[in-house]
Amino acid sequence: MKLELRGITKRFGSLVANDRIDLVVEPGEIHALLGENGAGKSTLMNVLYGLYEPDEGEVVLDDVPVRFAGPGDAMAAGIGMVHQHFMLIPVFTVAENVMLGHEETKGGALGWLDRRAARRKVAEVSSRYGLAVPPDALVADLPVGVQQRAEIVKALTRDAKVLVLDEPTAVLTPSEIDDLMKVMRRLRDAGTSIVFISHKLKEVKAIADKVTVIRRGKVVGQPSPTASEEELASLMVGRQVALTLEKAPANPGDVILDVRDLRVVDDAGVVQVDGVSFQVRAGEIYAIAGVQGNGQTELTECLLGVEAASEGSVHIGGRDVSQASVRDRLRLGVGYVPEDRLHDGLVGGFTVAENLILDMYDRTPFAKGVGLDLRAIAGNAAERIDEFDVRTPSGGALASTLSGGNQQKVVLAREMSRPLKLLVVAQPTRGLDVGSMEFVHRRIVAERDNGTAVVVVSTELDEVLGLADRIAVMYRGRIIGELPAGASAQEVGLLMAGSTSQASAAAGARGSGSGDE
Amino acid sequence: MSAVQTEELVEVHEVVDVAASKKARLISGSVLVVVGLLCLLGFGLGSHAGYEARFQLSQPGARIRVPALVLPARITSIVLGVIVVLLGLWRITRGGSRRAMHWVVGASIVAVVVSFLCWSLTGTRGTSLDLLGLLQQTIFLAVPLILGALAGVLCERSGVINVAIEGQMLAGAFAGALIGTVAHNAGAGILAALIAGGLIGALLAVFAIRYLVNQVVLGVVINVLVLGLTGYVYDALMARDQNTYNTPPGLHAISIPGLSDIPILGPLLFQQNAIVYAMYVLIIAIDLALFRSRWGLRTRAVGEHPKAADTVGIKVRRTRFVNVIVGGLVAGLGGASLTIGSALPFGKGMTNGKGFIALAAVIFGRWSPRGAVGAALLFGFADALQNVLSFIGTPVAIPSQFLAMLPYLATILAVAGLVGRVRAPAADGEPYVGR
Amino acid sequence: MSETPVTDVASSSPQPGGPPSRARRAAIWLRSTHPVMLTALAFVASIVVGGILIVITDTPTRKAARYFFSAPGDTFSKAWHAVSQAYVTLFEGAIFDPHTAFKGTFWQALNPLSETLLNATPLILGGLAVGLAFRAGLFNIGAQGQLIFGAIFAGYVGFAWHLPVVVHVIVALIAGVVGGGLWGGLSGWLKARTGAHEVITTIMLNYVAVYLLGYLLTENGFKRSGSNQAISRIVDSNARLPKLFPEPLRVHTGLIIALLAAAGVAWLLNRSKLGFQLRAVGANQFAARTAGMDVGRNYVVSMVLSGALAGLAGCSQILGTNTAITQDIDAGIGFTAITVALLGRAQPWPTVLAGILYGAFQAGGVTMQSRTGTPIDLVNVLQSIIVLFIAAPALVGAIFRLRGTASTSGQQLAKGWNG
Repeated sequence: MKLELRGITKRFGSLVANDRIDLVVEPGEIHALLGENGAGKSTLMNVLYGLYEPDEGEVVLDDVPVRFAGPGDAMAAGIGMVHQHFMLIPVFTVAENVMLGHEETKGGALGWLDRRAARRKVAEVSSRYGLAVPPDALVADLPVGVQQRAEIVKALTRDAKVLVLDEPTAVLTPSEIDDLMKVMRRLRDAGTSIVFISHKLKEVKAIADKVTVIRRGKVVGQPSPTASEEELASLMVGRQVALTLEKAPANPGDVILDVRDLRVVDDAGVVQVDGVSFQVRAGEIYAIAGVQGNGQTELTECLLGVEAASEGSVHIGGRDVSQASVRDRLRLGVGYVPEDRLHDGLVGGFTVAENLILDMYDRTPFAKGVGLDLRAIAGNAAERIDEFDVRTPSGGALASTLSGGNQQKVVLAREMSRPLKLLVVAQPTRGLDVGSMEFVHRRIVAERDNGTAVVVVSTELDEVLGLADRIAVMYRGRIIGELPAGASAQEVGLLMAGSTSQASAAAGARGSGSGDE
Repeated sequence: MSAVQTEELVEVHEVVDVAASKKARLISGSVLVVVGLLCLLGFGLGSHAGYEARFQLSQPGARIRVPALVLPARITSIVLGVIVVLLGLWRITRGGSRRAMHWVVGASIVAVVVSFLCWSLTGTRGTSLDLLGLLQQTIFLAVPLILGALAGVLCERSGVINVAIEGQMLAGAFAGALIGTVAHNAGAGILAALIAGGLIGALLAVFAIRYLVNQVVLGVVINVLVLGLTGYVYDALMARDQNTYNTPPGLHAISIPGLSDIPILGPLLFQQNAIVYAMYVLIIAIDLALFRSRWGLRTRAVGEHPKAADTVGIKVRRTRFVNVIVGGLVAGLGGASLTIGSALPFGKGMTNGKGFIALAAVIFGRWSPRGAVGAALLFGFADALQNVLSFIGTPVAIPSQFLAMLPYLATILAVAGLVGRVRAPAADGEPYVGR
Repeated sequence: MSETPVTDVASSSPQPGGPPSRARRAAIWLRSTHPVMLTALAFVASIVVGGILIVITDTPTRKAARYFFSAPGDTFSKAWHAVSQAYVTLFEGAIFDPHTAFKGTFWQALNPLSETLLNATPLILGGLAVGLAFRAGLFNIGAQGQLIFGAIFAGYVGFAWHLPVVVHVIVALIAGVVGGGLWGGLSGWLKARTGAHEVITTIMLNYVAVYLLGYLLTENGFKRSGSNQAISRIVDSNARLPKLFPEPLRVHTGLIIALLAAAGVAWLLNRSKLGFQLRAVGANQFAARTAGMDVGRNYVVSMVLSGALAGLAGCSQILGTNTAITQDIDAGIGFTAITVALLGRAQPWPTVLAGILYGAFQAGGVTMQSRTGTPIDLVNVLQSIIVLFIAAPALVGAIFRLRGTASTSGQQLAKGWNG
């Protein structure tokens, strides 16, 4: 099916998320939609999928303009979508998820579910496209790669002629990404049009037949997929981007953080962190790479003390803090920037000023006896806002009204306004625009140069490579390899996929002087 | 391909026995041991040696007489107490799966109840307990609770918290009595009760789903509103002229030929009025439909993950509307059972917390129709027992208030996780801002 | 609902798509309206609904309606008579009564106002209790149980102990605070330790408290000997809260306590370290925990404080308004307090005003019932309708303001059993 978007405009208040966007996707084509976080890609696809109604413009399928009142209409017209956050119900089986919304029933008006038919359908689609899914397993029990396949099966059982994949690789290991690409090619060859949304240049180059780049809600170009990464990147960002970060060599001092045989088991009995040991010295950045969900979140939470370790120890500055409370660790000089800043880092309903003292409200100069010193709090806010260039009308504005980048600056400003021994930063630039990204990176490096031990956890390979003085890779709860700063993307990528032998082979290749990156 | 497949279906992380569950096991096991010891020492050793506990199982006029069940009171209590202690020890040492724990808890409750009954009959020699009567009373008292709990399940499975069951039942009881009396027709009364319950359900639905009002707060306010409305009309109208406005016709008990002659079960289940039979149908229908029909699948989807349901074209809000209103109808029927079903006049605030016990049954029964019905029966039994004990003369007087507390205490224990974690539908109480 | 903002603008869009619906336009309009204006509108709406209720249950009106088509004026005049009588007497009972004002002493003229403040006292305290918990992210539906526990403790100290003047009443007040605090703290402790949802435990503990009181009222030592009614012994005169004005005005020092409590809560929430912590946990427990706050301890502390305030409401009932405990000591205050807190938007001084408004309803209702026979239950209807009208648009507004940011306080209002 041929899909055309003509002049789509979508506004949210004063913000123009999509500005007269035109897009043509031919049948049997993989069309990459490339753009930064916040460029308007997902909004466009939600318009296509009937979740939003466009303010202007139209969706045209096989030269016929269509209007969708909801996802039901879009699906009926042959559009399928795999959302970035899977739209699967965890307590349902795969077959139940697949049948939901277009159930086959028997018994007429009573509408009894025909589970056998559903299972048959799943099996049929699975085998036709090589998408192995267990129909009777509960979704909650499946790894994300399989969940994603279930999502694709779900779309295909509805006879999707256009399949939209929204950032499908964010949660996958490199080998799972390879499998996904195979599936995409097979679908394309069978005549399905695929819209592949991504901000990852390598993947786009590897799979796309056509590329459309979106920036700030506008189409800015349709480069060839064979264009260089630098070209694609500058088109995406709108200026020349330094893909590397300028920083002086590290000057490591004493060991500040010493983690030994740490093991974290969650409530469901899953071993999230499995015997992790490492040391970080003052004045170095230790970056932990890995695909989302391999225990990094639990590890950082355990460093702060929000999550309890079942075994092992954490020493900070020579002191055993394994049993210490979060507050004690903060007092000891730990700074912590959580991966989900709105969930864990900020109180959205509090003012910027209040958020800037969230972990210092009970200390001088902000506390006066049992009361608060409102003047000191306001003064602090003014200083921090100035120092970190937080774009906010005033310290009295609610944190929830700031943009993502400014929210992250508030968190950084708060954490860096205390004297730190150790700074733990998880996903420092997730969801940020390039400008904020550079700012955050520079502040992290500056903190390192101050002599703070820094742990950075990131799923973004480029970020890890750019920031790290040493790189560790986590896989299935373990650190399966440590590499020096100059390691190649290929080595780290292989380790992220859990492949230690190939990684060491690659390291050997680098050793013999044939580094290819 | 198949090798890859099996490899990838393996969990990404290793799964071990949860360390935290050791503590949970210890707590729940110890509770069982303590309860068992209580049976053993309190009910067993606390009852007179040599007394017999006599349970009558049929009514004097029954066609087929069932001989009374006679147990040696003290021995029985002791044996049952020991069983509960052993179950507790087993729980501590072995743990057991979640499913096994259901049976353990069920068996323990039965054991405690039986040993308690044995003990209660040793106050004076020769007392016998009309067990059949007690069970009949249980059903009678459980009917509104079961219907209320089913209403709660219907709402909450679709993601709307229903704290207004009390109000819906009260509205049903009120409308049933008023319209039933004025129309001189029980059927009209029941219809009115359904409509009244449904209207309160619709009120809940509009404010919760359309206007996104917090559902707990809303439920509380609706309860106050219904209490005020019915109380007002009662005082202004019904109390002044009971004959014209508040003498609802009752329903006849209908014996089902054949089934009603089955010993014990016959008189218990098949000599009931129309509301009770409707309740049987509802229990079975809701249980089947929730898990096997298209409506049920969609309802559960909407209650677990409304956005996912929306993306496959399910109208989330409409589904919730329908469920909340149907829930209101069912709760209204529960209210009718209090007036028309029992041929009793309406009284101010006559539900008197039954709606909240029904809510407790929903939670205690883990949001499943079967569990909720079981919990409602258990709570009905506690209520019935309280009536019976007052004239049996137990060895030590038991204040009726403590029995009346049992449903509430049991629910607190349930939500505190002593019988395993209870888990509400994931999106229960979260309004959906979409379609 | 912890949507990480990695997606495009879509996930952080301020509004859903489509042209504004009627409901949203209404919401936007109401949001721009001042809260006092909104309350006034809700008040008028409730008066109208109440009027309809009065008309359809009024016997003369219904009789006149039978010959409506021959003389429609009759129906309207009867209806007007019934409605105006009811509301006029409601006003007379709550604020100023021309029938008695000029006959007795100066103090007697103030009697309606005194009754209003008397009824407002426990409502203010209960409203503060519910509101404080609300700000700390907890729904305290258990003011009823906590009030009963406060009354049991305060009452027991009041009638079983015999202490000197001043000391006795202070000790009794402390006992009431402790009783309410314990009962509230139990829910907080259960939540902190086991994750049991406070809405469920507080509802259930209400009934446990009711039955416990029922049991106590049958026990010697608590029950009044010689009475065959379920009523407790009489509180010592030393333990009673002094009246503020001469006879016959009944308003007592409990009102002063309530106002002091409001000031205390206002200071606590806005100017103290503890309040900062409570609000932070209430608005986003995860961020609070990451900032080093002990979330569990906060739950316990806020429920203890909330329960203590409800316990004070119990003190006002047993040491001030009444002199002995009956099964009906709560008198519906526990649940009305929730509506008071909502009307006061969980802020201390607005809660005081809301408490006085509902106290006026209560006081006027008594007069209305005795003079015109219009049942006092009308007051329940008026109160709940005001709150329904106010709750909906206010929360719609809150949702639309906060939704775009996947913010926390909006969800706090909207969290379910698993929250």
